Amino acid sequence: MTIVEKIIAAHSDRAEVRPGEFVTAKVDLVMANDLTAGIAVDQFGKIGVEGVFDPKKVVFVMDHFVPNKDIATAEQVKRLREFAQAQGLIYLENVGIEHVVLPEMGLVLPGDLVVGADSHTCTYGALGAFATGMGSTDIAFAMATGEVWLKVPPTIEFLYCGKASKWVTGKDLILYTIGQIGVDGALYSAMEFTGDAVDALTMDERFTMANMAVEAGAKAGVFRVDDRTLDYVRARAERAFTAYESDPDAEYAQTIEIDASSLEPQISLPHSPDNVKPVSEVAGLRIDQAVIGSCTNGRLDDLRLCAEVLRGRRVHPRVRCIVIPGSQRVFLQAVREGLIEVFLEAGAVVSTPTCGPCVGGHMGIIASGERCISTTNRNFVGRMGSPEAEIFLSNPAVAAASAVTGEICHPEEVAKP
Amino acid sequence: MIRGRVHKYGSNIDTDAIIPARYANLRDPVELGRHCMENIDPSFAQKVRRGDIIVATSNFGCGSSREIAPLSIKGAGISCVIAKSFARIFFRNAINIGLPVLECAEAVDNTETGDELEVDLSSGEITNLSKGMVFKAAPYPDFIKGLISAGGLIEYARQILKSGGER
Ligand code: SF4
Repeated sequence: MTIVEKIIAAHSDRAEVRPGEFVTAKVDLVMANDLTAGIAVDQFGKIGVEGVFDPKKVVFVMDHFVPNKDIATAEQVKRLREFAQAQGLIYLENVGIEHVVLPEMGLVLPGDLVVGADSHTCTYGALGAFATGMGSTDIAFAMATGEVWLKVPPTIEFLYCGKASKWVTGKDLILYTIGQIGVDGALYSAMEFTGDAVDALTMDERFTMANMAVEAGAKAGVFRVDDRTLDYVRARAERAFTAYESDPDAEYAQTIEIDASSLEPQISLPHSPDNVKPVSEVAGLRIDQAVIGSCTNGRLDDLRLCAEVLRGRRVHPRVRCIVIPGSQRVFLQAVREGLIEVFLEAGAVVSTPTCGPCVGGHMGIIASGERCISTTNRNFVGRMGSPEAEIFLSNPAVAAASAVTGEICHPEEVAKP
Repeated sequence: MIRGRVHKYGSNIDTDAIIPARYANLRDPVELGRHCMENIDPSFAQKVRRGDIIVATSNFGCGSSREIAPLSIKGAGISCVIAKSFARIFFRNAINIGLPVLECAEAVDNTETGDELEVDLSSGEITNLSKGMVFKAAPYPDFIKGLISAGGLIEYARQILKSGGER
């Protein structure tokens, strides 16, 4: 069996599961956010149970529109805060973005089965967990019963070999992959990322890759647990966990090999994440805004990379450069390392942790005719504001370098190694 | 039996196209319906007549998990969505909120905006009345049929909790 099949089997009291089977699985954690918990709470109310199945396994994270951007948000969040308090749930507000915060607090561990009312719940696959996004009604069901129904997905293996060059990050591997297979290339499947090139990735880069599995239509994106994962997890875990590995004879629906050594930094062009080109083919396009942050690239490694490019340089006068640490912890560490000073001296603005412009909420909405380079995960029409604006997705170094030159460029043009 | 006119779209219609996140604070389906498709087809809400049908090619509903996406479609008056394939979260959400979603590639290939369709949800039969053609949608898996006949996921949860977890 693959990692994903093993985790699903272990949570549904079965010795074995096969792709295509329907199972009812127990969940280790259920998550919802300020945009999705409202309907989940309504639906939960209709089920007619008093309390959630286990308040220590239900977490609400207020992150999309907080700190509350308007009255409607404030009312919504107030209602959720009261529900969470009454139920004794884990409630996080103004702490950061859910997919950055949950792993860093040790709330998700290897071998866990996690469901969240957010499509990027798949991020936790970086820890060797099976984590998938669902809608609010499914989450209400999980809150009440501690279970979800699942169709066991087939697993596609993505085998990355070779050594990636400087400025080529996990973001570039996943953008390239989505460009190759398309936004429905892994529909209904799980993606398992393997090979030397992914073993060499930092945890933060693995979160970035797992995060964007849903952009290929996947149900989950997973990594095997190695020493790096264990170091990350042991510093945080307060309960036991199980590290699963795919069997040597595990059946993959397909294995796709990718040579990381031949890649340049990648750019996803409007208006679909699979519209991917190497940076050299897009270079020279003028930009109006650069956004560095989100659950995709708002972690410490991302900010360090951004600072490496911005240190001692100035953001182009025409460009708004917005840096958003993914969590309070990331923010604090960035302060301690002097990264925030680098951003401010370069002329960037630094926001409190929030999803903000990633979802067109606040803190950097774009106008018609504007072009934004962003380290986020989606460049759909209207995602960051006006439907007549354009969004280009990249890694943090490319976004920072483009902010300096005012046009999309390779980071080495700005930061000579 | 459902009967309505077709509004046809292409592939990968994402949830930001169906309903932008700026409306995520709304909860009333009819209000949400007024903004349905506004990013890619601003006149959609005015064009739709109650009972109309969305037909789209592949991966309909990709992107976010927002349940307001199928809710806004339903709120706009759409009676069902027919596509070659659906993004998996959207598919679950649609079933959960009672928006019929049917997979049928032949029907998609042989249908244009403005055609009149008749859909028999119990048999999965789709008739294009304008073209005089009949198609058969892929049947739901038994598990999902069971959920629908239980009255939806919320009703199913009530039943299993009442019976002490027995299924
Ligand atoms: S940062 Fe963007 S993609 Fe991530 S959870 Fe927030 S809105 Fe969603």
